[in-house]
Amino acid sequence: MKRLKPINQKAGRIEAYLEHEAAKARGDLDVVGLRTPPHEQDGPHYPLGCSLQFSPGWEVDNRGGTAGLCQPVERDIFDCHISCFWPAHVPDQLNHAPDWTGKCASAQKDWRKLDLIFP
Amino acid sequence: MTPPVVAGSSDTTGASKVLGLRDFHPFEAFGARFLYMVPSAGIFRMDDCGSAILDALEGGPRTEDDLVAELNDRFDIDRILETVEELTEIRAVGGPDAPKDEAPNDLPPADFPLNTMVLNVTNKCNLACTYCYEYGEDKIVDTQYGSQPKFMSEDTAEESVEFLLRQSGSQPKAHLTFFGGETLLNFPVLQKTVAYARRRAAEESKTISFSLTTNATLLKPEIIQWLADNDVGVTVSIDGPKPVQDGLRVFHNGRGTYDVVLPKIKELIATHRSRPIGARVTLTQKHLNVLEIYRHLTDELGFREVGLAPVTTQEHRDYAITPDSKDSMLEQFEELAAEWLEHALRDEHHGFTNVTDTIEEIHKGVSKAYGCGAGLGLLGVATDGDVSLCHRFAGSPEHTIGSVADGVDREKQEKFLVDHHIAEKTDCHTCWARPICSGGCYHEAHVQYGDSSHANLHYCTWVRSWTHTCLEIYGALAEKNPKFLERFDA
Repeated sequence: MKRLKPINQKAGRIEAYLEHEAAKARGDLDVVGLRTPPHEQDGPHYPLGCSLQFSPGWEVDNRGGTAGLCQPVERDIFDCHISCFWPAHVPDQLNHAPDWTGKCASAQKDWRKLDLIFP
Repeated sequence: MTPPVVAGSSDTTGASKVLGLRDFHPFEAFGARFLYMVPSAGIFRMDDCGSAILDALEGGPRTEDDLVAELNDRFDIDRILETVEELTEIRAVGGPDAPKDEAPNDLPPADFPLNTMVLNVTNKCNLACTYCYEYGEDKIVDTQYGSQPKFMSEDTAEESVEFLLRQSGSQPKAHLTFFGGETLLNFPVLQKTVAYARRRAAEESKTISFSLTTNATLLKPEIIQWLADNDVGVTVSIDGPKPVQDGLRVFHNGRGTYDVVLPKIKELIATHRSRPIGARVTLTQKHLNVLEIYRHLTDELGFREVGLAPVTTQEHRDYAITPDSKDSMLEQFEELAAEWLEHALRDEHHGFTNVTDTIEEIHKGVSKAYGCGAGLGLLGVATDGDVSLCHRFAGSPEHTIGSVADGVDREKQEKFLVDHHIAEKTDCHTCWARPICSGGCYHEAHVQYGDSSHANLHYCTWVRSWTHTCLEIYGALAEKNPKFLERFDA
């Protein structure tokens, strides 16, 4: 919104809604995470983690929702293949693709810089 | 909401579209113009171009081309079109055939969580205030000779706690308020209930907070200490300086209460430091010097918060506030509100809670489907365990919607929610203040019109004036001290 200024919290939500509708009209919606606010949730949704019910924190929390995920989904890709007990479907960083994460210093900001790896 | 309309475009015939003003309430602060959108309750600040467009449309609808021609000497065409587009998006302007925005007639979900429960631990009182809605001339329940027990039993109180914990669903917090009659007449049950509720809440991994309302006559050092130790919020019902307090707030023998409560209140305020002690004032035709009452309660007695409410009664009572007096009351409220703003601009606290509460609702942009949370997030419990819409209806069979033992009768509750929805209050549909008022208090309506679902039309002018004043305060803070408003974020 360039000309009018939203002042209270509701006006802020109206502005966010209008921006979302405009992006939708342009076909310009980005990939959204599981924690995206409801008014943005009709964008393309790609599950980003595994879906093991016994390992809450990925697709769903222990109540079946997404409010209590143990970490932001953007972090999963790292935490999974480095520190998690569960092997993730990520490139073999030890042997085949050692620089796979070279351009991605902060997963939450730079995850788009992770490249596809072809065997 | 429908997708935003692209402004600056013409229809298929090539004709410029017609624009007119839609539903909003304008207000100003420090020379800036704001729009309070109805019914969304969003607030937007206009720039010069936005103000000029609205001024131009004040004269009636016109085409976009005419609008551009009229304003083009002051603003460039892109700026005019962009501003029109944004005004259209927020629904401040639109075509003359644009549908009228109404709150959707959606009922809350059936498992809407209970947040606050008000326990009438007794319906007995050691005072005989003439205007009391529980004992006075406008009472709706026979508290004196009725079938209900005078005191809530420990068992019923515990059942009520279980009911609250159960009905609060997945909410981590719940709130229990003790009410009466005079609450402290049943202090033993109150003490046991707090201990029980705290233990049970912990077992359910919830937190529970407590508050009570009292006339302060029965406060004793050990009770005050217990309230402080248990972090129980206290609101004192008090009407003001001695002549005011002793006018209507009297013991059964007619003796005034001021001299009795004065030292007790001072001790309460000095001892109970964990929660701000609030005063709740009932204003009547007999004593309407709002400023004097406020000053006395804050400066001389030391209350940190003072909330004032006009008496709920029928118009023919001699203590009912007359229309002329409502104007005087509003003027005094406005004077105190201006003082509140001066304090807020300096980042200082001011205890006039009527402003604080309204500013919080304005900041959040609440647009209410119901006048209050009664019958939904808030319920009252009578001494026998019957669950009613709120404490003011406790014990009234007509307004009972269940019991703590058997739960809420969902059919009755749904009927209540349908009948009291803003969509049913056609009188309110043209009022710009409906997002924040939504028809007002059910009990006030019941006393005035014999129908709790009736809009409180006798307060319309008053509510609109007061809301406008608070909007101006909000705008002033948004202009000069927006940081102050962050305290209302949560």
